[in-house]
Amino acid sequence: MLFDDPVFASRLLTLLTLSFHIIYATIGVGVPLFIMIAHWLGIKKNDYHYIMMAKRWARGYLVTVAVGVVTGTIIGLQLSLLWPNFMELAGNIIALPLFMEVFAFFFEAIFLGIYSYTWDRFDQRKHFLLLIPVAIGAGCSALFITIVNAFMNAPQGFDLIDGQLVNANPLLAMFTAAMPTKVSHVLATAYMTAAFMLAAIAAYQLIKGSNHAYHKKALHMTMKIGLVFSIAAAIIGDFSGKYLAEYQPEKLAAAEWHFETEEGAPLLMYGILDENQEVKYAIKIPFALSILAHGNPTSEVIGLDQFPEEETPPLITHYFFDLMVTIGVFMVGLALVYWLGVKLSWSFVKANWFRWLIVLGGPLSFLAIEAGWWMAEVGRQPWILRGIMTVEQAATSSDYVGLMFILFAALYLLLGIGTIVVLRRIFKNNPVESELKRYETKQGGEMK
Amino acid sequence: MSLEILGISVLWTFLFGYVMLGAIDFGAGFFNAYSIISGKQHILSKIIQRYLSPVWEVTNVFFVFFFVGIVGFFPKTAFYFGTILLVPASLAIILMAIRGSYYAFETYGTKGHKGYAFMYGISGLLVPASLSVVLAITEGGFVSIVDGNPVLDYWALFTSPLSWSIVVLALAAVLYISAVFLTWYANKAGDIGATKLMRKYALSWAIPLIVAAGGIIFELRFHRPGHYERMLDLWWMFGLSALLWAATVWNLWRKKNYGVAVWLLIGQFALAFYAYGISHYPYLLYPYLTIHEGFTNEAMAISLVVVFVLGFILLVPSIYLLLKLFLFDKDYVKGNKKKRE
Ligand code: HDD
Ligand code: HEM
Ligand code: HEM
Repeated sequence: MLFDDPVFASRLLTLLTLSFHIIYATIGVGVPLFIMIAHWLGIKKNDYHYIMMAKRWARGYLVTVAVGVVTGTIIGLQLSLLWPNFMELAGNIIALPLFMEVFAFFFEAIFLGIYSYTWDRFDQRKHFLLLIPVAIGAGCSALFITIVNAFMNAPQGFDLIDGQLVNANPLLAMFTAAMPTKVSHVLATAYMTAAFMLAAIAAYQLIKGSNHAYHKKALHMTMKIGLVFSIAAAIIGDFSGKYLAEYQPEKLAAAEWHFETEEGAPLLMYGILDENQEVKYAIKIPFALSILAHGNPTSEVIGLDQFPEEETPPLITHYFFDLMVTIGVFMVGLALVYWLGVKLSWSFVKANWFRWLIVLGGPLSFLAIEAGWWMAEVGRQPWILRGIMTVEQAATSSDYVGLMFILFAALYLLLGIGTIVVLRRIFKNNPVESELKRYETKQGGEMK
Repeated sequence: MSLEILGISVLWTFLFGYVMLGAIDFGAGFFNAYSIISGKQHILSKIIQRYLSPVWEVTNVFFVFFFVGIVGFFPKTAFYFGTILLVPASLAIILMAIRGSYYAFETYGTKGHKGYAFMYGISGLLVPASLSVVLAITEGGFVSIVDGNPVLDYWALFTSPLSWSIVVLALAAVLYISAVFLTWYANKAGDIGATKLMRKYALSWAIPLIVAAGGIIFELRFHRPGHYERMLDLWWMFGLSALLWAATVWNLWRKKNYGVAVWLLIGQFALAFYAYGISHYPYLLYPYLTIHEGFTNEAMAISLVVVFVLGFILLVPSIYLLLKLFLFDKDYVKGNKKKRE
């Protein structure tokens, strides 16, 4: 399959590259906000712990950004290499946000370079200002790239006459029906994931016995912000469901194993499909699907019976959807309990087992990001541009895609291991306690 | 000026930016690896870290700009080049990924893994070699259309004297550009050892460069006479370029005005690069695709130009700031300011 079917191999390679890139992209979008907040708190409260936090996060961030940039460059080229027919069509109509994205990267890259090499060349306030373009640039790249993806799900802004694209309107193509929910969900989940990743690191340090106030401050701040963004993610996720019900009902129906169109549809959680396509062991929540789809328990939800077989998305997306939603709800609960626990001084939020849950929350959030994308992209099958071009029509005709898959897999393995080794070394060789001590002796404990 | 000429000029300019910045980067990596192997331990490492680390992402964006822009302005290139370049471009980006991560892993993290420095140096030669092959492909003769899809004849490409002379030119240019720039930078940093070494490299690559450039013009005469004739029409641009080359070498020889030498070098390559581009007109891929057939629709073209102008207004001051801090700040270049906490 991998070596003699370019379509299959191209899909697999796209899946691999995007799934790898999205890890770094999420960090790239989310973490600058936290560096900024920490840096700002440090200035405001005149507390150098926060400044140190910004410094250390920025140091790790540089490593992940570098891998984000190289894998992003790979995607940008790979889209043309693997899907030349799609990019030819897309170039005519959706090249504008892709082009804007390059400027966003440019902007971000320049100021990140300046920020990270000028800790000693500006005073804290001026140095802080350099972060604003970094965070804006990162947010804008997510905005623009997600606009492209929204267009793939709900293409508009042109007419197709005899296979020729006419009356192109690039602005209309950017503001599709999918765009508002998609962009906001992607941004909210990126900030949420960054928050829980940083919280996981702080919690881990506390478990390891470092009782330094530094880690407690970091944990407290990231969990609080994480709570806000996880609630936002769940609310916007609900809106995304409503978008799907309206514009891509087949994706929702496949993700929900909703076979028959009906009113007052129940929501199926978990379960498996047996060989007769019967659902087993699922938890049925009455009316919940109608609520998710239309906000009304008795409304009608379109099922897969309305679509020809060859346009039905793979039913595997159900597992991805469940995974994402379960993790989302779990993280809201965890952050809420933490927040209440600190407010009401429940002692168990300081217990190791609870901190282990927070540590777990970091990787889980990334898993939710992956699951969400798998659901969204696999659920668009067989289309690459919904209703207009299928994956089959879009794929390259050249050989050797399978071979390239193996090479790229090896590369990502190298980059993934490299990231972990280097990050560990950076922070192990320079633990925060000794860095703070050095800072205290240098500054006499005061900020510049 | 028509929109397609405007579009290709912008793209060509960014490609030029990438060629110059990339050459410095690629060449520096090679010289670094070479100096480690030949025992002149780390003469260049400091210079490379101080100049290249803060700007490598910016260099990379020039490249991204080019290939995103060309799909925007000329969507048909995605179809033609996307199909035929799967293998060469994939290999090139894998190597570029190794280079990019070098900065992260080696510079930000820990120092001195020889294997990685070696890979970094080798990829500094292989990347320009594999990217420059694309130029040979655009000259035609290596691509045929089978069942409506373009197919690349690897064997013809591999055995063509034209593609090899382009590769040789690319390598010579990378090493020469990089050596001239680093001579100036090392001199500015007051690093006498590095200045001496880089000046020696610069002078020794000057002759191969000009021979390789002549070789390509000679090859084109047989490979694509039409292009050759258009190049002859632009003889004055190539001639001027050669004069600037001579002036650069003269300055290096006298050990004077290294800064002027860098500007002369930029002028030399700009003239040759644009003369080559102009004589390539109107083809993007001979004989299948011209910039007129491959051009996008008018609405997209206009919006891309508008975004470009707005983006440019945003970027120019930012780039100026970057250069001011890392390239033109004497203290930073000398290493008197700490580069990183
Ligand atoms: C931390 C990650 C995360 C979490 C906790 C959630 N999501 Fe999500 N979700 C994403 C991360 C994500 C994503 C990776 O960002 C996706 C993939 C494509 C997209 O637009 O966003 C996504 C897509 C996505 C879609 C498909 C949109 C489309 O295809 O156009 C729906 C319907 C939901 N989500 C719904 C939810 C609901 C009801 C959640 C309840 C808690 C939820 N998500 C939590
Ligand atoms: C929602 C998903 C995505 C997000 C949030 C995202 C975000 C990012 C971020 C933050 C970077 C690092 C840029 C920098 O710091 O300079 C990056 C790099 C990049 N991404 Fe992604 N990306 C996503 C998906 C994609 C996709 C699908 C593409 C392909 C069209 C893409 C193309 C790129 C490119 C070309 C780069 C490298 C840019 C450079 O060289 O600076 N990204 N991306
Ligand atoms: C500019 C935005 C994007 C473009 C142009 C794009 C393009 C594509 C293409 C061409 C495919 C192959 C067709 C298919 O098999 O479905 C695909 C699939 C996929 N994409 Fe996207 N994508 C974009 C955004 C993203 C992002 C941000 C992610 C997040 C990681 C992502 C994840 C995936 C995955 C996992 C698949 C595999 C689906 C499958 O195997 O069926 N995509 N995408």
